[in-house]
Amino acid sequence: MSFEIILSILQENWPSYLRGAYMTLLIAIISTIIGALIGLFIGVMHTIPLRKKSVKSIILKIINFILTVYVEIFRGTPMIVQAMVVFYGIAAYGYEMDRFIAAIVVVGLNTGAYMAEYVRGGIVSIDKGQYEAAEAIGMGHFQTMIHVILPQVFRNILPATGNQLIMNIKDSAVLSVISVTELFFTTKSIAGANFRFAESYLITCIMYLVMTFVASRILRYVEKRMDGQNAYQVEQRREEQMY
Amino acid sequence: MEKVIEIKHLNKSFGNHEVLRDVNFTVNKGEVVCLIGSSGSGKSTLLRCINLLETPSGGEIIYNGENILDDKHDVRKYRTHLGMVFQQFNLFNNHNVLKNCMVGQLKVLKRSKEAAKQNALKYLKTVGMDLYVNAKPKQLSGGQKQRVAIARALAMDPEVMLFDEPTSALDPEMVGEVLKVMRQLADEGNTMLIVTHEMEFAREVSDRIVFMDKGVIVEEGPPEQVLVNPKHERTKEFLKRTLK
Ligand SMILES: Nc1ncnc2c1ncn2[C@@H]1O[C@H](COP(=O)(O)OP(=O)(O)OP(=O)(O)O)[C@@H](O)[C@H]1O
Ligand SMILES: [Mg+2]
Repeated sequence: MSFEIILSILQENWPSYLRGAYMTLLIAIISTIIGALIGLFIGVMHTIPLRKKSVKSIILKIINFILTVYVEIFRGTPMIVQAMVVFYGIAAYGYEMDRFIAAIVVVGLNTGAYMAEYVRGGIVSIDKGQYEAAEAIGMGHFQTMIHVILPQVFRNILPATGNQLIMNIKDSAVLSVISVTELFFTTKSIAGANFRFAESYLITCIMYLVMTFVASRILRYVEKRMDGQNAYQVEQRREEQMY
Repeated sequence: MEKVIEIKHLNKSFGNHEVLRDVNFTVNKGEVVCLIGSSGSGKSTLLRCINLLETPSGGEIIYNGENILDDKHDVRKYRTHLGMVFQQFNLFNNHNVLKNCMVGQLKVLKRSKEAAKQNALKYLKTVGMDLYVNAKPKQLSGGQKQRVAIARALAMDPEVMLFDEPTSALDPEMVGEVLKVMRQLADEGNTMLIVTHEMEFAREVSDRIVFMDKGVIVEEGPPEQVLVNPKHERTKEFLKRTLK
């Protein structure tokens, strides 16, 4: 393994590497967002208070059962297998699914299954008093969720979402099995052509590391921003300013 | 006297545990009523039934002549007429002081942003917290939080203020600042129903004191009567225990 070889691989293949990294990032970011939204939806559905035995509550129970089945399936099977089943499963019905879309569906559904639990935890960990105070000033369940509960849940699940993003950057490598041209798949082609496996993959390794490192720093920054300044401004009274 | 809230034969059970039994009483306009009684007697439950945070098991709650337990009654609208102050403050953690006092006005009463802001500032001034509009709840002391919580309730311009032991979660040195605000509200003629263990305060501000024990109202009347010359054995015992 030599430095010159690495340089020459880079010289020849840098556009491919960058395109691969771009695809990896794109898949990771989009599917993390989709997954977070799915998780949010499931988390909210699972925490709607059930009143009495009404038609509504029966429908809700059925929906929640289906959602639970989905979560269990996606958490209980490897993503690499899910990718095969989704892609070739749909192909078997005669639809040629766009590989990029298939990738986002698989990673997004996978992330959603994990996020659901974090969101549910994030909602139930909010103090009962927050709901009561909102109710007491006449807010409905939906308003309470939007204006009081979910903003706090967002903050609570931000670290978990960040972790998912980093996992997705790395784990999207398994999508190479359905020939999605993300970073790992791209590297496979490069190394397959130049037979310099060690050097080609070392470059890839560093690229993954840079992406995950930068992502985690950005997320840390966002968390800090959301927490706001620690100090607050005490407004000056007019009279005081005059002296 | 104009009745604002009238409670008739109110019952509340949790499972087979009867917490309120045949409670009858009235809050009149401009009146300050203090609810006292030992721990577990059902004071909080009564207050929470009044604004329907708990669903009564039976009885009637008449607000301005209408029974709000009727199925067709608009519960959310009714709640805007009651300002609730909790023992644990329950300020919205995601909003700053000003927004805490505005969000209900904006989303429930549909007031304009400017009107809501002016009203919020007015009441924040009343409670002496107008200089802290930018602060988040976690940056405030208990007494400050409770004063903001009072302003938040007032900002909805309710007809009755309900207080559930507003000073019980406070460090002793902060009790005074909250009681001072409440005294001022009482002097201004607000209608208030207060659950409290502060006997001295209750004696000074209330027009009427209601003593509860084991889910029933044992005795009620003007402070001098209930606190100084109680008729009931149970009231005497309670006072002996708390005043010593
Ligand atoms: N959600 C609930 N489920 C079951 N029991 C409850 C519930 N809330 C209150 N209780 C019971 O109802 C009784 C009255 O409680 P409540 O909180 O109204 O008393 P309180 O007079 O406010 O007491 P304190 O002075 O300690 O606040 C207690 O025995 C309590 O255990
Ligand atoms: Mg209580």
